[in-house]
Amino acid sequence: MLQAIADGFMSGAIIALGAIGLTLTMGILRFANFAHAELVTAGAYIALAVLWLTGAFMGPIGPFSFGIPMLLAMVVAMAGTSVLALTIDHLVFRRLRDRSGHMTLVFGSFGVSLVVRMIILLIFGGAATYYSNELQIAMRVVPGLRIMPDQLFVLGLTVVIVVALHFFLQRTRLGLSMRALAENPELTRVNGVDTNRVIRWTWIIGASLATIAGVFYGLTIQLRPEIGFHLILPLFAAAILGGTGNVIGAVIGGLIVGMAESLSVLFIPAGYKLAVPFLILLLVLYLKPTGLFSGSAGGAK
Amino acid sequence: MSEVLLRVTDLVAGYRPDLPILHGINLHVGAGEMVTIVGPNGAGKSTLIKAVAGLLTITGGHVEAMGHDITKVPTEKLGEAGIAYVPQVANVFTTLTIDENLRLGAAALDRPLAARRIEEAYQRFPALKSHRNHKARALSGGQRQMLAFARSLLCAPRLLMLDEPSAGLSPLIVQEVFTELRALMKSGLTILMVEQNVKAALAISDRTYVFAEGQNRIDGTSEELTQNQEIRAIYFGNAGAGNSASGDS
Ligand SMILES: Nc1ncnc2c1ncn2[C@@H]1O[C@H](COP(=O)(O)OP(=O)(O)OP(=O)(O)O)[C@@H](O)[C@H]1O
Ligand SMILES: [Mg+2]
Repeated sequence: MLQAIADGFMSGAIIALGAIGLTLTMGILRFANFAHAELVTAGAYIALAVLWLTGAFMGPIGPFSFGIPMLLAMVVAMAGTSVLALTIDHLVFRRLRDRSGHMTLVFGSFGVSLVVRMIILLIFGGAATYYSNELQIAMRVVPGLRIMPDQLFVLGLTVVIVVALHFFLQRTRLGLSMRALAENPELTRVNGVDTNRVIRWTWIIGASLATIAGVFYGLTIQLRPEIGFHLILPLFAAAILGGTGNVIGAVIGGLIVGMAESLSVLFIPAGYKLAVPFLILLLVLYLKPTGLFSGSAGGAK
Repeated sequence: MSEVLLRVTDLVAGYRPDLPILHGINLHVGAGEMVTIVGPNGAGKSTLIKAVAGLLTITGGHVEAMGHDITKVPTEKLGEAGIAYVPQVANVFTTLTIDENLRLGAAALDRPLAARRIEEAYQRFPALKSHRNHKARALSGGQRQMLAFARSLLCAPRLLMLDEPSAGLSPLIVQEVFTELRALMKSGLTILMVEQNVKAALAISDRTYVFAEGQNRIDGTSEELTQNQEIRAIYFGNAGAGNSASGDS
């Protein structure tokens, strides 16, 4: 039970990071981007490629399974995934935004997600891999609860990122512009804000957070080309649970989804675990389609 | 006449390139004037203001402001061209606080100047200052309009374009809004305003354009128009004829 809660927290943190980017792009660009989860996979694999190219010259830091190269690889992958997201927006979404309706964008994002997944499959193959072959020794925190140092790192960094992002949205001009754009694009332009620039930053932030989620997934679980595919439903469930555009909502939504997935295996066969986010999604859409925290303060909306 | 701040020539524009709503509008606004646009619902009054603001597809004619061609200037550069625009509906961000609304309106200025202008705005509209950390959705209709004015003045415009600032307000509040507009005029601002209420428009403005079906049909000084038989017949003659002006003229 305790272990299941801890595991739920872990996967919840990863889902939360992905869902923040999804909720921001949904709120600001006004379409459900099914390709967002593929940015998680892309980020994870770009980091892997960087790691291969630079070689693991330096050993791990302290109790963690990774060292400086891994962190550098993550930063490079954040930049790489941002470039990928901006390129996709430039080639596909921007054109569709200018000319066609909402559903066209949604279907376009389906297409993009397939293309990205297949490219990753082509380059890296379908087998599961790991960033490092170091075996980590789990720490026994209390009887019945074992946590790996990497997991603590992931949790800690997630908290830091969420706090920083909240501060960014509340205090900076760019964050203010993003919140304004989510409410009323035309009025935002009338206020003298270059909305294309704000949209570019939205992609960069979303793609960077997706990369971090992907690297964390790879660190604590494994790397597979289907990471994104398996994350689509949890990400949407978390984002919609939290209310579109609401960053703090997405984080709480992510934790709820991760926790529900993890606890569900105590009651139902593990094979049905993947259906849990789907159920949550259906429940939210049925009971409170605007999300749990609609109308509350904080976040992008 | 003195300097012309805005000149619209043979303007053809609409929401889609293949479906123009404005069919050749001509108008001008001189420095220091208050000019109103009146006309029935759907005449294209808001469309004209939006086209000048760079929000629509312009397929013919051009727009000049302070002597520069701004036909193709994007909306976000409007402030730099010396023009501010307050839309007809949704003219404040309801999910942002009053302070955030003003900070956003000043985001194109460098920080010290932005801070100074926001402070000036609070001096002019003290009611906003006392609510500065409240969400704008909590404001009354009149207060929202004041916030929209305050925001639009942050970039120190020479020309202010207002789309029905009196819409949905009680008569008493409308008087307050108009008093504020006169004060703005006194401080040197030029105003182009859409106004539903023809009597009020003629009473407050120097000149008036009457729009119908995407064209400006009649114009003149507000005094002339008050005497104009056609206008009298349409707007002052038979009761409740305010929205039957489309069609023949
Ligand atoms: N967003 C839009 N997309 C397409 N057509 C529009 C849009 N907004 C307005 N129109 C059309 O443009 C025409 C002119 O509308 P406009 O809003 O300019 O009228 P108006 O004179 O401002 O009327 P009102 O007094 O009701 O505000 C109308 O036929 C309207 O249906
Ligand atoms: Mg209108």
